[in-house]
Amino acid sequence: MKTAIIGPGNIGSDLMYKILKNPVLEIGYVAGIIESEGIRRAKGLGIPAGIDGIGPILENPEIELVFDATSAAAHKAYAPMLRAAGKRVIDLTPAAIGPYVVPTVNYQKINQEQEFNMVTCGGQATIPIVAAINQAAGVEYAEIVSCISSKSAGPGTRANIDEFTVTTAKALEEVGRAKKGKAIIILNPADPPIMMTNTIYTLVEKPDEEKIRKSVMEMVERVRRYVPGYELRTLPILTGNQVTVIVQVTGAGDFLPVYAGNLDIINSAAVAVAEKIARKESKAL
Amino acid sequence: MEKQIRVVDTTLRDGSHAMGHSYTEEQVKEIAGRLDDAGAFLIEISHGDGLSGSSLNYGFSEVEELRLIRSAASVVKKARIGALLLPGIGTIEDLKRAGEAGISAVRIATHVTEADIALQHIREAKKMGLFTAGFLMMVHMAEPEEILEQAKLFEDCGADYVNLADSAGYLMPEDVRRRVEILKEHLTIPVGFHAHNNLSLAVANSIAAVEAGAEYIDCTLRGLGAGAGNCQEEVFAGCMERMGIASGLAMEKVMDAAEEVLEPWMKRPQVIDNASLMLGYAGVYSSFLLHARRAADRFGLKTSDILKELGRRKMVGGQEDMIVDVAWQMKGGRLR
Repeated sequence: MKTAIIGPGNIGSDLMYKILKNPVLEIGYVAGIIESEGIRRAKGLGIPAGIDGIGPILENPEIELVFDATSAAAHKAYAPMLRAAGKRVIDLTPAAIGPYVVPTVNYQKINQEQEFNMVTCGGQATIPIVAAINQAAGVEYAEIVSCISSKSAGPGTRANIDEFTVTTAKALEEVGRAKKGKAIIILNPADPPIMMTNTIYTLVEKPDEEKIRKSVMEMVERVRRYVPGYELRTLPILTGNQVTVIVQVTGAGDFLPVYAGNLDIINSAAVAVAEKIARKESKAL
Repeated sequence: MEKQIRVVDTTLRDGSHAMGHSYTEEQVKEIAGRLDDAGAFLIEISHGDGLSGSSLNYGFSEVEELRLIRSAASVVKKARIGALLLPGIGTIEDLKRAGEAGISAVRIATHVTEADIALQHIREAKKMGLFTAGFLMMVHMAEPEEILEQAKLFEDCGADYVNLADSAGYLMPEDVRRRVEILKEHLTIPVGFHAHNNLSLAVANSIAAVEAGAEYIDCTLRGLGAGAGNCQEEVFAGCMERMGIASGLAMEKVMDAAEEVLEPWMKRPQVIDNASLMLGYAGVYSSFLLHARRAADRFGLKTSDILKELGRRKMVGGQEDMIVDVAWQMKGGRLR
């Protein structure tokens, strides 16, 4: 399936390398607005690229799916044009015009949508676990703490810290099915850069350790199919009706360094969704 | 002209850590009323981790912090009432709600190297007409030159002053002097200092900060606060008087407030025991203390061993969840 990428920054470039590796996806165009490393990189790899906006994408009937890795404001402007041109869209910005998608959790429910939103990096890392615990034990409250290395937090992340906490909390409820969600993000400048760690706290209705452990471990295996660097740092720890799980995401190092697991997981999830669309698969991963 | 400084009282914010975030409206009214009368410039009220800090990670507040703020606002006449906000935990929406509850000041806090996550918040606070400080935490983890670069970001976006926090109580007086001096030399806005007592230097460090030019000093009654606590207000009031520096505080009123009002409610004395000493020695965020104690208990470990490892890993403020991670790894992945 032919795809396009809007926004040739760090996320867009990493997406590019992931799609190049993918057996069922190809890149028809990379669109930017200014001359940049990313545009040069795309051209260097023989991919059509330009800085004249998204016209070349809209006018190309072969391009079926578009990844938007720009900004919330830019995406709000592009979205109606992409919809009118009949393109399916995966939105990696906080614009969240389309429903949230976490491939292992709710793809099945929303696979007919024209546009998907990838939530946040923290959301992609933690919602699978919350959903797994919910299935086993019923989640009343889910609280996640994502810690990312300062080096992997670019200007976009830094200017949108509030959006991260609010969007992730919403998705914990809407996709993770927690009755109430809360999200916290911490930046740590330690050198060497730390891997992305995510702590998932839940308060559950039926604290059955065996059931919860089984459900969580099955989910981790499913996530690892598209994020090989996703692993548990602890097994689920139960204290009364509180369950604590800590997961770590090591990036694949396709373009971004391995400590940028936060960027890797949202990109990997986006590519996983695109692959499902390409393969016309309707079930969750 | 007599040298003048202003005292920011954080009994009802940093002290909240030591109280397990259990302050009631009655307690807040009494303490805030006395602090107002005793001459505090700013009375800070929030969960220990700032607005919206109530959580599993940091501990739930027994009483919603907005109600505590409203209670204080109903009795305080002279002092400003302020909140603390950590981007990543609290949001601009939280700030707006606190504004409606009665704050006229806010301090926006980030890790010492991450000032740029606070710029939206500072600008919004200024738009709201709040007296706004940029607050750098864990300042022992950066050299003075780097701290200045970060502080300049706060200054550029309109902060009214920059507060340097020795969150781990790690610094020696000379380290404090160097950090305050370089800011004093290059910024046009005032500098403040927030001490912790883990190495028994809170008052001495605060005096060093004043001598180096700091104009805002954080204090708490009886030093109530995270870890071994903060700069003890009644003591600091006496020191300032001895040094001929106007702090706004009436020493005996502060002493009475500490003894008559706060002390009966304190859950434990603010002493430097082995664990809180280790916080200061290893450079670990002070609020980790009580959480680390609980984890040590659950996992059958020594609190100071857990804290040492957190220091080695260079954990920053807000990373209480890593206490469980350290304990788990130390036990080879098994519970007691």
